[in-house]
Amino acid sequence: MNNLELINVLPGILLGTAAVLAMTSIAIKRNHKFTYVISALSLLGVFYYLLVYAVNNKITVEPLFVIDGLGIFNTGLIVASALAIIMISFPYFEQREERKEEYYILLILATLGSAMLLISKHFVSLFLGLEILSVSLYSMISYLRKRPRSDEAGIKYLILAAFSSAFLLFGMALVYASTGAMDFDGIGKSLQAIPGLPVTMMAGLGLMVVGVGFKLGIVPFHLWTSDVYEGAPAPVTAFIATVSKGGMVILLVRFFVMVNGYAYPGLMLIFALLAGASMFVGNFLALRQDNVKRVLAYSSIAHMGYVLVAFIAGGKLGTEAVCFYLVAYFATSLGAFGIIALLSDEDRDAELISDYRGLFWTRPLVAAAFTAMLLSLAGIPLTAGFVGKFYLIAAGLSVQMWTLVVVLAVNSVIGLYYYIKIIAVMFERPSDKGEPSLNPKLYWVNLVTLVLLSVLVVWLGVNPQGMIALIKSFL
Amino acid sequence: MTLILLIMLLMGAGVVAWLAAQWNTAIPKWIALMGVSVAFLVSLNLWLQSNPAADGAWMIRSSWPWIPAFGISFSVALDGLSLLMLLLTFFLAIVSVLSSWSEIKYRSGFYYFNLLWVVAGITGVFVTMDMFLFYFFWEVMLIPMYFLIGIWGHENKRYAAFKFFIFTQASGLLMLLAIVTLYLIHGSQTENYTYNYFELIGTELSPRMSWLLMLGFLAAFVVKLPVVPFHTWLPDAHSQAPTAGSVILAGLLLKTGAYGIIRFVLPLFPESARDFAPLGMMLGVAGIIYGAFLAFAQTDLKRLVAYTSVSHMGFVMLGVFALNDLAMQGVVMQMITHGLSTGALFLLAGSLYERTHTRDIGQMGGFWTQAPFMGTIGLIFVLASLGLPGLGNFVAEFLTLIGAWDANRPMTVIATLGLVAATAYSLRIMQRVFLGDRTPTQDVADLNVREKFIFIPMVVLIVSLGMYPKPVFDVVKKSITDAANRDDGVPVKSEPMLLKGGTHE
Repeated sequence: MNNLELINVLPGILLGTAAVLAMTSIAIKRNHKFTYVISALSLLGVFYYLLVYAVNNKITVEPLFVIDGLGIFNTGLIVASALAIIMISFPYFEQREERKEEYYILLILATLGSAMLLISKHFVSLFLGLEILSVSLYSMISYLRKRPRSDEAGIKYLILAAFSSAFLLFGMALVYASTGAMDFDGIGKSLQAIPGLPVTMMAGLGLMVVGVGFKLGIVPFHLWTSDVYEGAPAPVTAFIATVSKGGMVILLVRFFVMVNGYAYPGLMLIFALLAGASMFVGNFLALRQDNVKRVLAYSSIAHMGYVLVAFIAGGKLGTEAVCFYLVAYFATSLGAFGIIALLSDEDRDAELISDYRGLFWTRPLVAAAFTAMLLSLAGIPLTAGFVGKFYLIAAGLSVQMWTLVVVLAVNSVIGLYYYIKIIAVMFERPSDKGEPSLNPKLYWVNLVTLVLLSVLVVWLGVNPQGMIALIKSFL
Repeated sequence: MTLILLIMLLMGAGVVAWLAAQWNTAIPKWIALMGVSVAFLVSLNLWLQSNPAADGAWMIRSSWPWIPAFGISFSVALDGLSLLMLLLTFFLAIVSVLSSWSEIKYRSGFYYFNLLWVVAGITGVFVTMDMFLFYFFWEVMLIPMYFLIGIWGHENKRYAAFKFFIFTQASGLLMLLAIVTLYLIHGSQTENYTYNYFELIGTELSPRMSWLLMLGFLAAFVVKLPVVPFHTWLPDAHSQAPTAGSVILAGLLLKTGAYGIIRFVLPLFPESARDFAPLGMMLGVAGIIYGAFLAFAQTDLKRLVAYTSVSHMGFVMLGVFALNDLAMQGVVMQMITHGLSTGALFLLAGSLYERTHTRDIGQMGGFWTQAPFMGTIGLIFVLASLGLPGLGNFVAEFLTLIGAWDANRPMTVIATLGLVAATAYSLRIMQRVFLGDRTPTQDVADLNVREKFIFIPMVVLIVSLGMYPKPVFDVVKKSITDAANRDDGVPVKSEPMLLKGGTHE
């Protein structure tokens, strides 16, 4: 690896350095605000680097990484998301009693893992990225140790994630045994040389699907989502919903493009079934929840199903649709979880639907922002989610995937029910009991972040041309 | 540009009304009133300036790029049909604002915001010539309506609002699929990926595809219209909504369904529409009869009026799929007169509710002696609703039936029976509410000045449309000739236009 290549993986190095820096500062003196500022500044630095340097330097670092437009765009996306999460984390943890500083190290490391994941083109870098991400998440999920559900969620995630990693590893081993290659290019080449898929290859890919599916939280590997979403602190839930899943989605796209997986209808059929099942199961399970975090957990299962539609469609339009949908979904999810974090106080998170009763009359701006986020998740016009869903439908229809697109449309309607249920609660007249049950303190960083996210969600819905052009210029 | 400004004006006024409520809760209604009045004057001016004889079908056509990556443009146009619909929209918007004047006290700022945004969405639907933008506005009018019903509605408002939203959303998504498919087919044929209505109109479609796409579009429109058996959201939504909400639902939202069929289904899929016509007419007739019977069985006044809408919209469906000029004229007329007459009946129900706090006609009776003015107004609109010659609805239904007679005689005969049923349910309103024994417990004040100010222009309009409907036909002539007769190659039997408007004499 020469100097030039070193410069190109600089985002990773910078993120690693940021984690070390944060750790050193904690060793010298514990100060929540200081650690927070260092972390935020490092992420800003990485983002700036991506903006001015990486954009013009697309390069392959053999044999591990490929830094192409897809990678750079999505690295930027997850770094920006991590930044937003840090912004909503500070007020959230400031109100709590645990030691707060180490959280930022974990968060930066997890971001690093996800960033590695989406530029990797080799099993080794894939697995390293995945494990950096997962191991950091284990502790992030159970960060608020004093809450029983937090522990439960952490352990659940630990066991299941370790399990799925094992599946993934076994799958990789089988693929290696079958093709003799660990880099995606090599796998693709050796597959092209033979007709059809050998059994070991099929089994290997199948096992890998388990690992990938777990990370994405798609049916039938979704059992962890609701408990982990509910138990984890709100900002960590936001992280799981966005950064952690985004890296995997992009990896999936890259892997299938490079090994030419689209040539095997059997494989695509498996993904189509997974997508359909995720949409239906996610939406149906969300219908009867009375916990907002669980609703969003099940809705995230459905949303991953939606993304898979564009992934299965493939091609240029499909990849564009995936990227746009990720942007829209990230902004929306961050906003939604940001609002949950904002409304949470030191006792518990604002997760019961009853916590939102009459919110529109007590905190109109927060409620308006939350309404915008929920409408965006439901895919209603004037929001980013609508354009995203439209993109998915266009991608699906362009390759005549009628069934999946109709399933998507049907599910949008089912999903609508539980989103507007929450909205309806917010618009109910507030109960006359006086004091609301939660008394969060308000911080301006929080508010500014949420305002920015809301503006972004509406802006992408009203004028998506800029973002579409940006994505097209990268791909 | 005028059209875009109109939409912006309404949306802007909505936001201002919402913000102004922070300082003074009496301001929003004035802002709303000004907003819709200006819009009405602008559209009136457009009408006065238009010259039906000289202009082509399109008076205004303008377009700005919006999302060029997908060939989506902010493309608006105005023809006679759109113009009439705009006039109706803004007129009923003024009526709605005035009718909410004293009814809405809770969160009035947000109320008027929603009201104005519904109107803005409807305006957008009537003038958009870009299919994506059309879907966009189609949805934009839903959400504020959902809030109007869900927040300011009656006792069962949540159920009604959910049902309304989910019905219309589900059907709208089918339309979206059809729109995107049409876009992709047109794009693959011509390498010109665009959502522009004028370009999509000539897309070559295989018969099967054309049929499927038409069903996608129709799904959205028949739910909105509504056509039996897709009407079940309507009685709930209409009866639970606040008065202004019911007026807008019945007067305008239902018309977007009819408008959609005339503007999009017939020109885009002429052959499939021709194949579908007998079935469409049958559904229309089913609606006429079924709606009338159910209306007769209702005890809730607003629910009763809601079912009369189902019946009246059956005539629209019948007329549209008769596929000739005469019936189409009747349909356009029906859209306007139904908006006025049903709107007025809902207003009346609202006025009665404000006074008696009930919508149950079993608890009403004998109000004529106490409120003769209200009784007279009620009588006029009840008679309009049953299709009395001399009032606008008669012209509409008569023309529809003449047109339908050419297309399908058995259906027309059954539809005519609907008029008899209409007489029954309409007179029942009159008997149970204004005539009969006087219930001693209730004290009903007559209409106040504001209410008279709302009703009198509506009476004037419904009578003048009945006596002299020619202006309407003049304006709309070119648009409906286009819609009804678009057929490639096949020679069309064109009916002589009825211009004198005196057919019933």
